[in-house]
Amino acid sequence: MLFFSFFKTLVDHSVTVELKNDISIRGTLKSVDQYLNIKLDDISVVDDLHYPHLSSVKNVFIRGSVVRYVHLPAGSVDTALLEDASRREAQQVTAKAKQ
Amino acid sequence: MENLSLNDPPPGSFDQAPQQPPVPLLPPQMFTTAAQLLDLTDKKLMVALRDGKKLIGVLRSWDQFGNLVLQGTVERMYVQNLFADVPRGVFLIRGENVLLLGEIDLDREDDIPKGFQEAPADHVFQLLKKEKEAKKEKDKTRHARLRALGFEGEQGVEGL
Repeated sequence: MLFFSFFKTLVDHSVTVELKNDISIRGTLKSVDQYLNIKLDDISVVDDLHYPHLSSVKNVFIRGSVVRYVHLPAGSVDTALLEDASRREAQQVTAKAKQ
Repeated sequence: MENLSLNDPPPGSFDQAPQQPPVPLLPPQMFTTAAQLLDLTDKKLMVALRDGKKLIGVLRSWDQFGNLVLQGTVERMYVQNLFADVPRGVFLIRGENVLLLGEIDLDREDDIPKGFQEAPADHVFQLLKKEKEAKKEKDKTRHARLRALGFEGEQGVEGL
């Protein structure tokens, strides 16, 4: 759930999504859901000559399971906050496991 | 001296409702699979499947698993600098096989991709088959080498 919330804070930022078949799509993050399916607007494809089927596409819905990386703008990520949240979530998980 | 902070309500407004959070939160129902697919319903989409097929059709129905129904579907094959369209009709796609849905810009849908030209479907299909077999062979040796080094490759995503 942490990363779902985290991605929600990145809505309207420009990100690059690299898929498991090596294609990289850059666009404005419009939406994300619980499976980390991603919706991008105004897309451009890195190395677009190799991927002609995306030439007339303006926005995409990417299935979360095929995403390898999401490249984020460093300026819009509060690393300290994210670290804290990760620790808190990890703590909650271990506390639950002990119960 | 009173201990005031920035978040205190201004004097004389104690009986008012608590202030709104500073950042308006987006409604949670925006962040569901259903909301994302609802926007794409009845639009002309390019659907890339896990086996490398590209389908172009109008999205008519879907469910929470991402199963899709496409109407007026055309399968578009690309190989080298050629492409071909094969009419397919209605498609029901199981959600797990979908890589990506792209909404087609209707202003640009008839543009031929740069450097490509249309060719007969049979010809393109044969070339594509050959290309796929060559790639399979290459991937096989690559995976064998990686496995020998202890790497387990990602599976199930052939091409986009």
